[in-house]
Amino acid sequence: MTKQKKILEGQPGFWERNRKSGGYLLKKRILDIAYKIIRVLLLFGMCFLILQPILMKISISFMAEEDLYNAMVISIPEHFTTDNYKLAAQFMDYGKTLFNTIVVSLSIALLQITVCTLAGYGFARFDFPLKKFWFACVIMVIIIPPQTISTSLHLHFRYFDVFGLSQLIRGDTINLRGSVLPYYLMSAGCMGLKNGLYIFMIRQFFRNIPKELEEAAYVDGCGTLKTFISIMLPDAKPILTSCFLFSFVWQWTDSFYSKMFLGNIKLLSTQLAVIADRMDAWMVNTMKVSGGASVGYTNCIVSTGTLMVIIPLLILYLFAQKGFVESLSSSGIKM
Amino acid sequence: MKKQNKVAGLQRRKAISGYLFIAPFIIGFLAFMVKPLFQSLYMSFCTVEVSPAGINNIYTGLSNYVRAFTVDTEFNRLLVEEISRMCINSLAIMVFSFFVALILNQKFKGRALVRAIFFLPVILSSGVILGVEHDNALLASVQSMVEETTNTTSITSAIENILMTSGIGVSAFETVFEIVDGIYDVAIASGIQIIIFLSGLQTIPTNMYEAASIEGCTAWESLWKITFPMISSLFLVNWIYTIVDFCMRSDNEVLEKISEQMIAHINYGFASAMSWIYFVIVIAIIGVSSFIISKGVYYYD
Repeated sequence: MTKQKKILEGQPGFWERNRKSGGYLLKKRILDIAYKIIRVLLLFGMCFLILQPILMKISISFMAEEDLYNAMVISIPEHFTTDNYKLAAQFMDYGKTLFNTIVVSLSIALLQITVCTLAGYGFARFDFPLKKFWFACVIMVIIIPPQTISTSLHLHFRYFDVFGLSQLIRGDTINLRGSVLPYYLMSAGCMGLKNGLYIFMIRQFFRNIPKELEEAAYVDGCGTLKTFISIMLPDAKPILTSCFLFSFVWQWTDSFYSKMFLGNIKLLSTQLAVIADRMDAWMVNTMKVSGGASVGYTNCIVSTGTLMVIIPLLILYLFAQKGFVESLSSSGIKM
Repeated sequence: MKKQNKVAGLQRRKAISGYLFIAPFIIGFLAFMVKPLFQSLYMSFCTVEVSPAGINNIYTGLSNYVRAFTVDTEFNRLLVEEISRMCINSLAIMVFSFFVALILNQKFKGRALVRAIFFLPVILSSGVILGVEHDNALLASVQSMVEETTNTTSITSAIENILMTSGIGVSAFETVFEIVDGIYDVAIASGIQIIIFLSGLQTIPTNMYEAASIEGCTAWESLWKITFPMISSLFLVNWIYTIVDFCMRSDNEVLEKISEQMIAHINYGFASAMSWIYFVIVIAIIGVSSFIISKGVYYYD
């Protein structure tokens, strides 16, 4: 029987091979399996670590208030309810806010990526005097935290003026605080959120395209602009999608610029911050509960609100996960 | 002669179109970066009075800086805390992300799913969401108090106690415990870094490892002799990115203080002075550390 098996396999069995190798094979096999088990445990643990807050939020968001203080209820709600969602939506004015956020994030991401692509392409494919100096400026934009200049930007847009023109015509400076225009202007000038990083990444990508492609296009009579649009851009699709998605997502959750420039528009990121105060006021005024909302219940509503902010992003991530990751790793970021 | 002119003309045309391509950046940089930067530097030496008519800067020398370091009760403490937190956390993030990238680069079942989960923090750790998580710390502290009174001991705290009683390097242990307790912060902040390391690991040709293992190299040795040098330049990129990212986090206490001074107290001069102090320190840290790291970077080609 064993002989037949040996012939069938055409090689000696595991134990025999192990004996021949002096126990090396068995040791290696055991180490291999042990390593795999440890790896599975480790990965499971770390994945759980990352997912746990989201799972926790989901389970809390379906609990009624009495479940929060019930020590028996840990993750599965006893009184299943969707009231929390209704409340959070009411406090955030969810429908309108969501629409605003989508419009603002989309338009700003598009604007930023368009401008950054132009700049990145310029840095990658053209030689011009002072190129190194300007690129050093890009690096500076990456490194300088926007908070450093936030004080003067604040005043800059409070008393906005282009070369004193408005002073001349209207006799006054323009107050741009609280309007969206400053942020769109900044985005058009590559100075939005993390725009230096996008320029850097896009430049890195365009640098790797062979020069022959460009030269062939020139020889065939393509102008600079046409080469850029019809030859370079289609090639750069993956990195552009990647940058666009990042820009969209970071704009969506950004609080710094939103608070500073977009205060008057209801955005998810700014609404989320005031949810607790609204909750308190609502409890006192509408429900006639003196002392406002309890800590636990406020926390529950805030997590529900957070969940409602990130759910659109999670859906986007599910469908466009390749766009986020693969293109970024294929672009080969190096210094 | 004529031909040379043509070449020069082509080069000039390319230079002009190059400038046209980066024109938006130059304009934006001058208008929204250089001007505010100098203005805020100037404001940090002034007392700024804001009135409906305009801004009034009264030059007061170094008084804002003196106030930040000697008069203000919080600033020194916050600064030291934030900077030390930044250094420790950045180191932990580098080690963690390198380690995770090594694991995610191997082949196993469900790798795509695990990768997707590990990159999730790229979305979740940004902006306002992080700030909200930070606020929840209040509730967490209440919870831990409840746990303490009910006398449930966790394994980690038992191990911590045992290690602490040995009495050797207590402060070093405390730092390690802090990182272990804050592993969630580290994991959530290292999404991009993992992607960058992973992209570097994928560019290393596998035949290098094959050659090494035929020569009798163990996996441990080839990690140090092949993997490390090949992606050493990415350590520099990641290090700078991590520090910069840390400076912009919304739960940064120094920045909170600055924006509070600016918005609530309308004290623009003092706020600018504080942000310049913070900025200069961070730039110095980035400069010194990247100089040290760049000494060890190995370029293959």
